[in-house]
Amino acid sequence: MHRSSYLAGKLGWAAFTILFVIVLNFFLFRILPGDPARAGIRDPRLTAQAQQAIRERFGLDQPVINCFESLNPLTLGNCAVNPLDTQFFIYASNLLRGELGISYHTNRPVLDILGERLWNTLLLIGAGQVLAIVLGMAVGVLAAWKAHTPVDYTALGFSLLAWSLPTFWLGIILLFWGSTYLGLPIGGKVTPGMVYANSWEQLADLARHLFLPSLTYTIVFLGEYMLIMRSTLVDVLSEDYILTAKAKGLTHFQILKDHALKNAMLPMVTIIALNLGFTVAGAVQIESVFSWPGLGGAIFEAVNRRDYPMLQGAFLLLAISVIVANLIADLLYGYLDPRVQAD
Amino acid sequence: METTAAGYRGVWARLRRNPMGMIGLIMLVVAIGVAVLAPWISPYDPHAVTRVNILDIYQPPSPAHWFGTDDAGRDVLSNFLYGARVSLTVGFFASFISVTVGGLIGISAGFLGGRTEGILMRFTDIMLVIPDLPLAVVIVALTKPSLTNIILVIGLLGWTGTARLVRAQTLSVKQRKFVVRARAIGAGNSYIIRRHIFPLVLPLIVVNTVLVISLAILNESTLSFLGLGDPATLSWGQMLNYAFTRGAMSAGAWWALVVPGFGIVWVVLSCTLLGQGLEQALNPRLTTHHLAADRTLKNLPRWELEPTPVEQAGNV
Amino acid sequence: MMTEVTPHAHKQPLLEVKRLSVDYVDPSQPPAQALRDLTFTLHRGEALGVVGESGCGKSTLMLALMRLLPAAGRIVGGSVRLDDIELLALSEREMAALRWKRLAMIFQGAMNALNPVRTVGDQIAEAIRLHEDASDARALDRRVGELLDLVGIAASRRNQYPFQYSGGMRQRAMIAMALACSPDIVIADEPTTALDVMIQAQILQLLADLRRQLNLSILLVTHDLGIVAELCDRVLVMYGGALAEYAGVDAIYNAPAHPYTQELLKAFPDPTRPLQRLASIPGSPPRLNDLPPGCRFAPRCPQVFDRCHLTPPRVYAITSDHLASCFLVETQQTRGARHE
Ligand SMILES: Nc1ncnc2c1ncn2[C@@H]1O[C@H](COP(=O)(O)OP(=O)(O)O)[C@@H](O)[C@H]1O
Ligand code: SF4
Ligand SMILES: [Mg+2]
Repeated sequence: MHRSSYLAGKLGWAAFTILFVIVLNFFLFRILPGDPARAGIRDPRLTAQAQQAIRERFGLDQPVINCFESLNPLTLGNCAVNPLDTQFFIYASNLLRGELGISYHTNRPVLDILGERLWNTLLLIGAGQVLAIVLGMAVGVLAAWKAHTPVDYTALGFSLLAWSLPTFWLGIILLFWGSTYLGLPIGGKVTPGMVYANSWEQLADLARHLFLPSLTYTIVFLGEYMLIMRSTLVDVLSEDYILTAKAKGLTHFQILKDHALKNAMLPMVTIIALNLGFTVAGAVQIESVFSWPGLGGAIFEAVNRRDYPMLQGAFLLLAISVIVANLIADLLYGYLDPRVQAD
Repeated sequence: METTAAGYRGVWARLRRNPMGMIGLIMLVVAIGVAVLAPWISPYDPHAVTRVNILDIYQPPSPAHWFGTDDAGRDVLSNFLYGARVSLTVGFFASFISVTVGGLIGISAGFLGGRTEGILMRFTDIMLVIPDLPLAVVIVALTKPSLTNIILVIGLLGWTGTARLVRAQTLSVKQRKFVVRARAIGAGNSYIIRRHIFPLVLPLIVVNTVLVISLAILNESTLSFLGLGDPATLSWGQMLNYAFTRGAMSAGAWWALVVPGFGIVWVVLSCTLLGQGLEQALNPRLTTHHLAADRTLKNLPRWELEPTPVEQAGNV
Repeated sequence: MMTEVTPHAHKQPLLEVKRLSVDYVDPSQPPAQALRDLTFTLHRGEALGVVGESGCGKSTLMLALMRLLPAAGRIVGGSVRLDDIELLALSEREMAALRWKRLAMIFQGAMNALNPVRTVGDQIAEAIRLHEDASDARALDRRVGELLDLVGIAASRRNQYPFQYSGGMRQRAMIAMALACSPDIVIADEPTTALDVMIQAQILQLLADLRRQLNLSILLVTHDLGIVAELCDRVLVMYGGALAEYAGVDAIYNAPAHPYTQELLKAFPDPTRPLQRLASIPGSPPRLNDLPPGCRFAPRCPQVFDRCHLTPPRVYAITSDHLASCFLVETQQTRGARHE
């Protein structure tokens, strides 16, 4: 396959999926009873002007889409409306301008809040996932190489147990343990009101806050990556070309390094990408437990505060992040697999 | 995979010899037993209306309350035993929905092929990439957080994995001789699916169901922990939500945090182990490989390494 | 009776295999006796054909020679000598150093024998780098080009990946890789299965040419007697993991002593047209964990008699280099002896 056509295909598919999510996001919030727009104009926390602003922003006097006054299919209405005046179009054009609305809770633009939070989530996921992937693959390689030995069985037992732990519960237990016995902070990203003498101190404070959440992340995903690596590698090591490599006189170490790992990486990349949904689910739980100011925590807070614009925005951003991460994994695959590279 | 009665007996025989599968099965039976017997084995009735007495809150384990009390002074053990009912109910019903939807989509896509398959699998791919926990949170938050809604949402978001697996299996079954022959002699689609495809896909669906149950239970507990549980019930996730948001941490009430989580881990682990065991029993695969422990010369007696005199020549 | 004398008979053989036995163990079953008391020799420059139906232990034999048996395989007895080295007594490290340098192998079903994510040239160079001084990158590169050239692949294609090669080219590349360290012995395990007829002929021609050019010693496994007739000096016929007959090509084709060889030849009546398979032998090879008490071939043998069911026949020598494991040989010899 030509690399460029592979690239174009993947980009096109990602764009289509993002469009789908945008449409879904609009209709979800309009169909379901908790419609943020209508909830907003009744929300007692908002001033009359703010409610009027919402009405205008969402175009609430306008039909949802052409021919339908609302999403109740019985409310057939005017089809002659200028499509540019419908609520959907207003939503879409607001979105294009990056306008995701105003948080009911903080009265700040949702995009500003989420923009700050996206980086915190990336920091947390980055720290936890990198550790989990590196450690998981290392243990997985060992388990596959020593398949059906006590090493392998121990690793398997650990993985199954780790897989069965609810992420949030593991977080709670680690938090309880860390804050009681290790004197670690009980949440957040920085110690409130702390004045730093220098940036090292600031970094140390961040590390103390990051330690438990990323440890939770690592434990939860370590087992999973280990299992995947193990089974992928066992398949690879059963291939004929491994026997060839052995016949050539390579040592086990050389075979693993030069012949097995790259072949095992291909399915690994795909599976890590497929697991991104779990990664995000993990972020929601861990950030909720550790009050980590990320996108996942935003979802938790928005739910509890009935802050619908925040919820809608956070969901959209999370979904788009996963799609983009998936795209990156696809491109990485194309880079790793010579069958895609060459033409 | 064998689908005859003898084949199923073979699977059972292999499962019985599989330690993981048997431990999982026993653990699951225990969990179901607890859920069924909760009213008889619980020391207290969690539904009894009592006034909250400040002194009862977060009492540590004692003979009266083996697992202590919670934020409202209720007996944690009783709540824990009753909580099994919620988890298992959600697990079974939600996974039933997931597996039905996923199975239908997978079989249709795999069997019908062509454009239907393209559309169905594209849809599956999209659903697969949308992170389902946040989506579930959004939907449950926007609707009423009732047990039914939770079951529906978890069930309707959890079918993608099943659909992909079932489609792959259907595609391979479709190539089998008797299916090809049945199609050639003009048997109807629904007949072929019922008589030939489904029985061969079923074992895979069963294994998959066990794993989907564990996912559904994890999802339910997460939703409940995030504050989206049915207020009329008390699931393990909700127990954790109450404990976590109502000061168990600062009160040092570890029992209120540990015990419900233990229940979730128990049930999820039982399904995971059973799933693994079932899979190995259905697909006994040799999992050695070219680097597997090299014991080529292990049994070789030393003396045979000496060149042996050729004594094979007969009557020359 | 024919008497042939091979030109090598007096020299010390390059490879000497004695009473080699291999089991495949399975915890829930008695071990499968995949190889029993196999004895043969290979001289420098000689091509030995190993024939027999599928499941007769041909691949097991080749893998055992290279000590590459799968985890379930156990060498339970015998000796494999390469010059003066007892291969079965070497440590794993010593054995690894010797593989490919002295014994190279072209695998059955070479479609997946090349690593899909590394270029062909790189995989050939790897073998050289491993066993020879390859500090001179330019010389190494030239050598890879020469090897590809030798097997009829344009040297410019060295940087391509296996999936860019056709099936026949992959097998050629495999042959080039096998020759990379100028091994003493090349083992080819059904090198042409899964290739189409034209390509099969080309690959075998290539092997024949290379053999002449480089004075290779070859162990060629096949279940096609036609191929053997064209390429080999001597033939080892295997049945059920044991030696059935072992002789020069002429003796095998003109005076086969073992009923199994005779049946195989009936199945391939015209050695020059190997694919014209007319008859195949009814029945199938024995189950190796449940061998018949007498001759392994007895259940299918058209000339079976009472004694065959009781004890297994020894290996009898018809001439000094025509061996067969069949009671008929003994009977004929005794009768012959009585007539004298
Ligand atoms: N890994 C293995 N485990 C158990 N039995 C095996 C294994 N490999 C081969 N066998 C058995 O050994 C016998 C000889 O196989 P093989 O050497 O591949 O025969 P051939 O190459 O002549 O077709 C067969 O009966 C086969 O079933
Ligand atoms: S020993 Fe008997 S059964 Fe065996 S090959 Fe000879 S004649 Fe046939
Ligand atoms: Mg073979």
